[in-house]
Amino acid sequence: MRRFLINQAKGLVDHSRRQHHKSPSFLSPQSRPLASLVSLSRFFSSTSEMSASDSTSSLPVTLDSINPKVLKCEYAVRGEIVNIAQKLQEDLKANKDAYPFDEIIYCNIGNPQSLGQLPIRFFREVLALCDHASLLDESETHGLFSIDSIDRAWKILDQIPGRATGAYSHSQGIKGLRDVIAAGIEARDGFPADPNDIFLTDGASPAVHMMMQLLLSSEKDGILCPIPQYPLYSASIALHGGSLVPYYLDEATGWGLEISDLKKQLEEARSKGIAVRALVVINPGNPTGQVLAEENQRDIVNFCKQEGLVLLADEVYQENVYVPDKKFHSFKKVARSLGYGEKDISLVSFQSVSKGYYGECGKRGGYMEVTGFTSDVREQIYKMASVNLCSNISGQILASLVMSPPKPGDDSYDSYMAERDGILSSMAKRAKTLEDALNSLEGVTCNRAEGAMYLFPRISLPQKAIEAAEAEKTAPDAFYCKRLLNATGVVVVPGSGFGQVPGTWHFRCTILPQEDKIPAIVNRLTEFHKSFMDEFRN
Amino acid sequence: MALKALDYDTLNENVKKCQYAVRGELYLRASELQKEGKKIIFTNVGNPHALGQKPLTFPRQVVALCQAPFLLDDPNVGMLFPADAIARAKHYLSLTSGGLGAYSDSRGLPGVRKEVAEFIQRRDGYPSDPELIFLTDGASKGVMQILNCVIRGDGDGILVPVPQYPLYSATISLLGGTLVPYYLDESENWGLDVNNLRQSVAQARSQGITVRAMVIINPGNPTGQCLSEANLREILKYCYNEKLVLLGDEVYQQNIYQDERPFISSKKVLMDMGSPFSNGVQLVSFHTVSKGYWGECGQRGGYFEMTNLPPRVVEEIYKVASIALSPNVSAQIFMGLMVSPPKPGDISYDQFARESKGILESLRRRARIMTDGFNSCKNVVCNFTEGAMYSFPQIRLPPGAIQAAKQAGKVPDVFYCLKLLEATGISTVPGSGFGQKEGVFHLRTTILPAEEEMPEIMDSFKKFNDEFMSQYDNNVGYSRM
Repeated sequence: MRRFLINQAKGLVDHSRRQHHKSPSFLSPQSRPLASLVSLSRFFSSTSEMSASDSTSSLPVTLDSINPKVLKCEYAVRGEIVNIAQKLQEDLKANKDAYPFDEIIYCNIGNPQSLGQLPIRFFREVLALCDHASLLDESETHGLFSIDSIDRAWKILDQIPGRATGAYSHSQGIKGLRDVIAAGIEARDGFPADPNDIFLTDGASPAVHMMMQLLLSSEKDGILCPIPQYPLYSASIALHGGSLVPYYLDEATGWGLEISDLKKQLEEARSKGIAVRALVVINPGNPTGQVLAEENQRDIVNFCKQEGLVLLADEVYQENVYVPDKKFHSFKKVARSLGYGEKDISLVSFQSVSKGYYGECGKRGGYMEVTGFTSDVREQIYKMASVNLCSNISGQILASLVMSPPKPGDDSYDSYMAERDGILSSMAKRAKTLEDALNSLEGVTCNRAEGAMYLFPRISLPQKAIEAAEAEKTAPDAFYCKRLLNATGVVVVPGSGFGQVPGTWHFRCTILPQEDKIPAIVNRLTEFHKSFMDEFRN
Repeated sequence: MALKALDYDTLNENVKKCQYAVRGELYLRASELQKEGKKIIFTNVGNPHALGQKPLTFPRQVVALCQAPFLLDDPNVGMLFPADAIARAKHYLSLTSGGLGAYSDSRGLPGVRKEVAEFIQRRDGYPSDPELIFLTDGASKGVMQILNCVIRGDGDGILVPVPQYPLYSATISLLGGTLVPYYLDESENWGLDVNNLRQSVAQARSQGITVRAMVIINPGNPTGQCLSEANLREILKYCYNEKLVLLGDEVYQQNIYQDERPFISSKKVLMDMGSPFSNGVQLVSFHTVSKGYWGECGQRGGYFEMTNLPPRVVEEIYKVASIALSPNVSAQIFMGLMVSPPKPGDISYDQFARESKGILESLRRRARIMTDGFNSCKNVVCNFTEGAMYSFPQIRLPPGAIQAAKQAGKVPDVFYCLKLLEATGISTVPGSGFGQKEGVFHLRTTILPAEEEMPEIMDSFKKFNDEFMSQYDNNVGYSRM
């Protein structure tokens, strides 16, 4: 019987207290697991009398004895810097004059509706009617809801047995809604989609976890991930005990993906005895924002086919493309266009209701489309989905609305299009304004955001700044971000949370604050950066 | 030649090992038959609204308003919604930072967690800290999160009641841990004997397993028993002595059908016991909006409350929760409404009380109808459903039936349940899906079919069962000369 090495866990805890600017643990899969930078106390509120102190070692569940994979995983998007920001925000209420800013602006997370973006009205009308279906029997309803939203609600409720939106559905999601989503995929790609390939989930993240659970049996199983990446991938791989095999996106060529680098990383991993099982591609990219060229996508598909890799295509930003010279193409479309079918390539595509122009993060809606797996594998995926019974129904309905929005001729079409175009054009504008502002800063270069919701500027930090960071036992980019927060109230995430070429520093900033806040953000950022450089310039 | 990317052989073994019968073979067969046009009565899962139970009106009104806040600006909104629903929608929207469409705090909206804490305090008489309450997308997700924290490898054992709700066995499999069963005593109305616990733990330890946690489901699923206060004290003392974290699945706390043993929370008993237990036993308690008289399974709303976990461990659990960003906000509002429902004097109170009472009283009646119905059948013995939503009758299969099952390549209770399904359309879950003593067979059904349909369902079951028993009682595998 394998015995767990308590000492390893103890060493891990001590190590975290000494850790400073090493690269995050997900970039060194062979090293001992490192506890995250977030081991500093997260909670600033006083600890409750109800919870035991850490020194009570007689209790079964203590930091020393919990699952080491939990300790190993990291997720910077809601990490240390956010906790500091929340404390500042609390303090700001009581001490308005103590700070050079009057509000905290959270640019750390792709959460549009928390920053003033409004939901798409048609979607919410349908959701409200489905939540409280007896509204459909009232004559007054016609005065408050659009005709087509009432119509759509009826259609949806007819797909749900007994119109019971409070019942667990089929574990893959309501069949009728999957039909609609499949039709939406087909309309988008020009290739058929099978509703039986669709698994509706509480956001795209649980679907990613399911695939990682399926693919990873041990540290000997590896997943190729882009660096920089959205840290759901590194965290999920860590939680499921696998190895992250990094491939570096090329900042100099707009975060391009080189197949030669992919191949190199794959071979290196294999030479170390790692069975590489899948390739993660985020398109449009997060945090990097690039939209892949179709040719690049073809190379990737061919690569996966040749090397026997599952292609995990994170396509949650498919409706966020801001540049006229790029277009979103789904990997399924690319694969099918190459003539590859079910027997040729295993492909999982992830979509979410959280992004795009709808930004419905709090609804937790999403799906994965699973193609190119044998039926015995499919059964296992179904089985895993069934343990959680089903995803939330409201989110399922929303996913179907996102994949089949109002069409020309529909009552709500004009207003829907105005809302949609307004949001997307504003995002494009904000992306450009912030990109230009960042590029105007000394020592800062920023690739354009072709898509998604983020800017990922590179900051060249003077040696003095790096030394000051070291003295504070903080990574240089985290040092910069903390200073930025304290000077401006703007919350961004240090690049080390996403991975970056060692010795380079970045931060991720969303493009989501409302337009009227952007000038102030630009001014404060510019002022801060100048004074930072004045302080630390060589 | 292309390498095979993912085939069955290379799948994570833990995934292959895990079983979840509630939506397994019987359910899949029932779904097939339904597609072929057969009328199926799905009693395989605790899914009240799927069997005709109506959602409570007030929460649906509130959440609909939260979905479409522009309604609140319309002067005519009062014609469709009562004033208290309107006020409550405004209240919950004010707790969010951007309505239903924004990620909340990864632990759930602070304002809702505060309401949950207040509910727990009212229920138990002891303070509850919102910082130690995390909202989750259903209680199941919470269970998975906590077990993921506790299980380090196959050397870690989790005590699980047999029979149990297979979320526990499935999750332990997926996480690579070891399930340590402790048997509930059918002859004592599924009571928990601490001696059984001791035996199970001793055996596990002799195999080198570190027993880390104990699961209790109270009221029980599938068994329905309500634990007495004395029993809970015994369990808590045992956990204290043996250094086990107690996982208290209390999702059926509103579903109580007898008066001898009302629901009492593990936390209350623990606090009543005072030091050293009240600060020395680690406890995680789970609750949901899916059961009770709410039955809002499709919302996916739940919470867990942690007691005596070190702050650093709570931080780690928070960290893992943050990877999933946030639980869905609609369900958080349902949870808020559940823990702080309309009060006497509120406009919607009468309707709310009427609807709630109606559901609970009917459930109580159905629990009795079903138990009695099963007990009137040949070779069927059924303990009373004291709580929860299920009936778990023991089916005493004759040797001939067991033989026939073997020949059909099926586990005996699966064989029986498939025959039952084909004959009557009643879709149940075989007892083997929950665990049972060797050679003893059961099935689990819910008490959820509509009250007016119950007599017919029980008649249909009795007809099938008694014929089945007669058939296999006479057919003993040899012929008389």
